[in-house]
Amino acid sequence: MKRFIRSVSTGVAVTLMLSAAASAETLRWASAGDSLTFDPHSQNHGMTHAVAHQLYNPLVYLDMDSAMQPGLATEWGILDSDPNVWEFKLRQGVTFHNGAPFTAEDVVFSFQRAQHANSDMRTLISSIAEVTAVDNYTVHMRTNGPNPLLPNNLTNLFIMNKAWAEANNVTTPQDYSAGEENYAVRNVNGTGPFRLVSRDPDVRTEMVRNEDYWGRDMFPMGITRIVHTPIQSAATRAAALLSGEIDFLQDVPVQDITRLNNAANIRVATGPENRTIFFGMDQGRDELRTSNVKGANPFADKRVRQAMNMAINRQAIQQVVMRGQSTPAGMIAPSFVNGYTTELDTVPATNVQQARALLAEAGYPNGFQVTLTCTNDRYTNDEALCQAVTGMLGQIGIAVRLDARANSIHFAELQQGVLDFYLLGWSVPTLDSHYVFDFLVETKTENTGAWNFTGFSNAEFDRLSRSLPTQTDLNARNDAIARAWEIMQDEVVYLPVHHQVLNWAMRTNINFDVQSQNQPMLKYLSYN
Amino acid sequence: MIAMLIRRIIQAVVVMLVVAFISFSLFQFVGDPINNMVGQEASQQDREELRERLGLNDAIPIQFMRFVGNAVQGEFGISYRMARPVSDVIMERLPATLELAFVSGLFALTLGIGLGVYTALRRNGWLSNFIMSASLVGVSLPTFLIGILLIYVFAVELSWLPSFGRGETVRISDNWTTGFLTASGLQSLILPAITLGLFQLTLIMRLVRAEMLEVLRTDYIKFARARGLKQRSIHFHHALKNTMLPVITITGLQLGSIIAFAIITETVFQWPGVGLLFINAIRFVDIPFMSAYLLVIALIFVVINFIVDMLYFVVDPRLRVVKRSAGR
Repeated sequence: MKRFIRSVSTGVAVTLMLSAAASAETLRWASAGDSLTFDPHSQNHGMTHAVAHQLYNPLVYLDMDSAMQPGLATEWGILDSDPNVWEFKLRQGVTFHNGAPFTAEDVVFSFQRAQHANSDMRTLISSIAEVTAVDNYTVHMRTNGPNPLLPNNLTNLFIMNKAWAEANNVTTPQDYSAGEENYAVRNVNGTGPFRLVSRDPDVRTEMVRNEDYWGRDMFPMGITRIVHTPIQSAATRAAALLSGEIDFLQDVPVQDITRLNNAANIRVATGPENRTIFFGMDQGRDELRTSNVKGANPFADKRVRQAMNMAINRQAIQQVVMRGQSTPAGMIAPSFVNGYTTELDTVPATNVQQARALLAEAGYPNGFQVTLTCTNDRYTNDEALCQAVTGMLGQIGIAVRLDARANSIHFAELQQGVLDFYLLGWSVPTLDSHYVFDFLVETKTENTGAWNFTGFSNAEFDRLSRSLPTQTDLNARNDAIARAWEIMQDEVVYLPVHHQVLNWAMRTNINFDVQSQNQPMLKYLSYN
Repeated sequence: MIAMLIRRIIQAVVVMLVVAFISFSLFQFVGDPINNMVGQEASQQDREELRERLGLNDAIPIQFMRFVGNAVQGEFGISYRMARPVSDVIMERLPATLELAFVSGLFALTLGIGLGVYTALRRNGWLSNFIMSASLVGVSLPTFLIGILLIYVFAVELSWLPSFGRGETVRISDNWTTGFLTASGLQSLILPAITLGLFQLTLIMRLVRAEMLEVLRTDYIKFARARGLKQRSIHFHHALKNTMLPVITITGLQLGSIIAFAIITETVFQWPGVGLLFINAIRFVDIPFMSAYLLVIALIFVVINFIVDMLYFVVDPRLRVVKRSAGR
């Protein structure tokens, strides 16, 4: 087929050819989705931040190795005189795209803006009581109680220009829910490495290199122009890269990785993603909703949870379901999160016999029935993963009925707390274990355990986890984290499956590697 | 005539209301938009407040009444996903869909009629047989597969045509951008137009062929031959004219489905029209947009049907007689 087409095509008029490869410095970038808005404080959404990082800067940011780097702040630390105050020294000589100088006033303004009720970012900085400008290049942030990890929450908190915001009437974030479109949604005045040229939502975004960027000589800055296009259809995304219409591709379809790698001028870069996939079980109820066991809850028995943990063959899932594109997991945190150890992440050995024995011991020699609910459009191969696990649990006698559906339905029901056995993926944007404990494991109350639908509640765990935000002695803090993980592992609160893997595909003349937050910082990109 | 018109209009309104109601009831099963609108850190209280503000806690009939009341005034509310008035968004994206539909309709019609006539006249020629067999492929392959095959051949292997998007567009009015005026815009139209028009093409071709064969067997064609008229004049003047009546009807009705079926083609080619928006809206549970889109599509169908009915009425006097007797 190929050869035939090639032989026919030689001698075709050149006028039909697509424009030859664009000049070496234009990067045509494609991903599955688009930024939702350029208003930097409106949405807390991955792709929205990924685009914003090219145009705006936060005070601190995570580089391509997910290490924290100085952005608009050059130094930061807790005051010796007051453990409740973080001091940020700001970078001098920085200008916004319109030429306005960057000062402490802009930081104070941006933080106030991000704390507004319309802002999706406000939960990340809820610990901040007030932000004050000490002088033009020093900012103090007073927190409610000590907060040793404050900077971890600021890596996507972009700084806007106060004067520009006032002039264009965008001092409050876009009210996404009320459908408000303000000037900041499509216009940008940031300090970032690229300037916005044009914006057509869902279609095309064009940016050019900012020659006045403060890091112009610190970073490769190899790109002069960026054109970003969302392409939803996986097959079309891969085809656009193969045909030379795209230079850099996020969201590479798993089934096309081999093909892209085999293409002459394309390579696929692979790295760990900040997302772990796991199963949750409702252990707190007296009786499951979807089980044939009445008057008792099988999941409430630790032996049942251990048996299920042993039944899931993570290696097989990695090889067969994920085509090698995952890392089997023993804990719900990827390797670059504070609190991670390889020991905790060790995968339990698969042992069907022992699992059956444990089930029998727990009083279920013939197993039991339960419904597993999954997404089919949220995580990599999520439905196939659930089908595989359904089979594996069947081997130890647990008859699983699989219910796979769209994520909008799945999450809505999960939030209502009506699911017995469910799939979930979690990322740790703060790169600290507390984020996992706070949302997934702490006892569900008004302010804690927002995503804990397991009914798990453990006093010692809660005490440990709740000591973390204000614990300034880092050694003691890390000990508490380690103990909390121990409890979580020992109780088999969740069944971790794997850490997802990120794949980015690009032309071979591009020097660039995967960033685990799935946020390409394009100022680091250079050409061979 | 007037009474019939009024009856028709009432019917159309009823159809629209039914479509609106059905689509609205369906939204009970598409899930919750809230999770897409807030981050994972949002508290339960935030979610509740948002739900309250969007009016999602009201009873379904109340939500429906509100929706219809607004829709009558041309207000479809605010898109959850894009945070802009739905009517603005639709007006902005409709040109892309209409241009694509127009080009694929034109492609299907010209080629369909041409090939239909050819295969009717050369009934047993090898080329005719080949075209007829090939047309089966067009009917039986699903749209997305045709699209991907075309991309594979013409974009990946040959690098002749773009695989996605509209290319360069030119703005001719506030919300009308056209791809007709640039080379890349025209190139970008080719593959999606073929993908979208292929099924219609085969349909029209087979219809024309069948009609033409039918007409060629009639007495008046035999007489025309007996009178010694030229073959060409018989085929293209006498026969084709009578062949075209049912074709025009079908084409009218198919126009609606071309616009509605653009969804798949637009998704494959990342064509920024209303169909692609609709798919995005489903993923995001963007209820205001989904209901507006379904209404617009229903309206297009209803209007086309209405016009076709009226045309029949005007063109064919026999109908009036039949209708009247049936009415008693």
